[in-house]
Amino acid sequence: MSLILDLFSVAAIGAGVFFFLAGTVGLLRFPDPLSRLHALTKADNLGLGLVVLGLLPRAESLLAALMLVAVWALVQLAGATASQLIGRAVRRKGPAA
Amino acid sequence: MSVLLALDVGLALLVFAVAAWTVFAPGAFAATVGYVVYGLLLSLVWIRLFAVDVALTEAAIGSGVTGVLLIGAAARLRRAGTTTAEETPSGSTRLFAACLCLLVSAALAGVVLLLPDQGPTLAPQAMERLPETGLGNPVTAVLIAYRSFDTVLEKVVLVLAVVGVWSLAADRYWGGAPGEARAERPEPTLAFFAQVLAPVGILVGVHVFWVGADEPGGAFQGGAILAAMWMILMMARLTEAPQSNAFWLRLALIAGPVVFLAAGVAGVAVAGGFFAYPSGLAKPIILFIETFMTFTIAVTLAMLVAGPPRREPRQ
Repeated sequence: MSLILDLFSVAAIGAGVFFFLAGTVGLLRFPDPLSRLHALTKADNLGLGLVVLGLLPRAESLLAALMLVAVWALVQLAGATASQLIGRAVRRKGPAA
Repeated sequence: MSVLLALDVGLALLVFAVAAWTVFAPGAFAATVGYVVYGLLLSLVWIRLFAVDVALTEAAIGSGVTGVLLIGAAARLRRAGTTTAEETPSGSTRLFAACLCLLVSAALAGVVLLLPDQGPTLAPQAMERLPETGLGNPVTAVLIAYRSFDTVLEKVVLVLAVVGVWSLAADRYWGGAPGEARAERPEPTLAFFAQVLAPVGILVGVHVFWVGADEPGGAFQGGAILAAMWMILMMARLTEAPQSNAFWLRLALIAGPVVFLAAGVAGVAVAGGFFAYPSGLAKPIILFIETFMTFTIAVTLAMLVAGPPRREPRQ
């Protein structure tokens, strides 16, 4: 049972790290601010979500697990808001600004 | 080389790289972003050194509040524009500053490397007397019980900082509210964010303060989180910054140090010493003091970020 849980953790965290890597590559390589934001949100949402999912079986208690999920939810909220604000600023001033 | 050692070396190299990038960054805004990242990496370093209290403080104050302050300063410098170009230090001044910094860093590095393996420490004594305070977190015991006078003075310095910021106001704005008059419509995205985040953030801030008695956390970290929630509400224009001549605001700014000092003086009469707490009652007294401290720290940090008054006071 613990072997299966370990494998699950490794797979989920590995997938999360892959999304972070892909998001970072996108942030560095994509041509304009809006597509760079698109790449960044994938790392925040899916990458962190998968890392948290992989850490859940290793949480010490139910409370610790809920805290992990809360961290993910808060990062989602902050990431989505920041992306909206940056996107709006880009649209108002044009991508060159 | 074990995985953890590789992680530590990588983290240290990353801290150095981000520090160098911050120094050589092309503009004030980019440098500020570099500084915030540097602070967050540094709090990871503190966690690796098992100093979770310091890590929380570094993330909340060093990176968070200072970051907001610096971004505000960078935005004002950008608006000021040409005047700052004339004030940019010359090459020789920069070289001199760089040499001084290198000298200080080298001296610090030398001292750290020359320390004996078993450095002088008061940790055993601190842990030995911990049960008398009723606390479980030795860091809180050091701050509020062993060296409380230092902590009071630190809080007084914070109040002085607010007085300093307010002193930058023009005479006709003295006593008025910080920030421009709100002509624009509030940004709906930011308003939604503030409405969802503030209740959660206030809960987290109070939680961090409350668990500080027994686990990592405390008045400063909790107060910084509460201050951040107030800042977000002000940025989203859901609430206005208060007038700096408001009586409740002045009272809130000094409540922490005043209660702390009063408790210290009361110790002379009750427990036979300045800042002595009567045995058995130490923990409730410490929590009582910390409650007011958290509140004052939250108000002080938010007022520091709000800046000097820029509106004429209403009658």
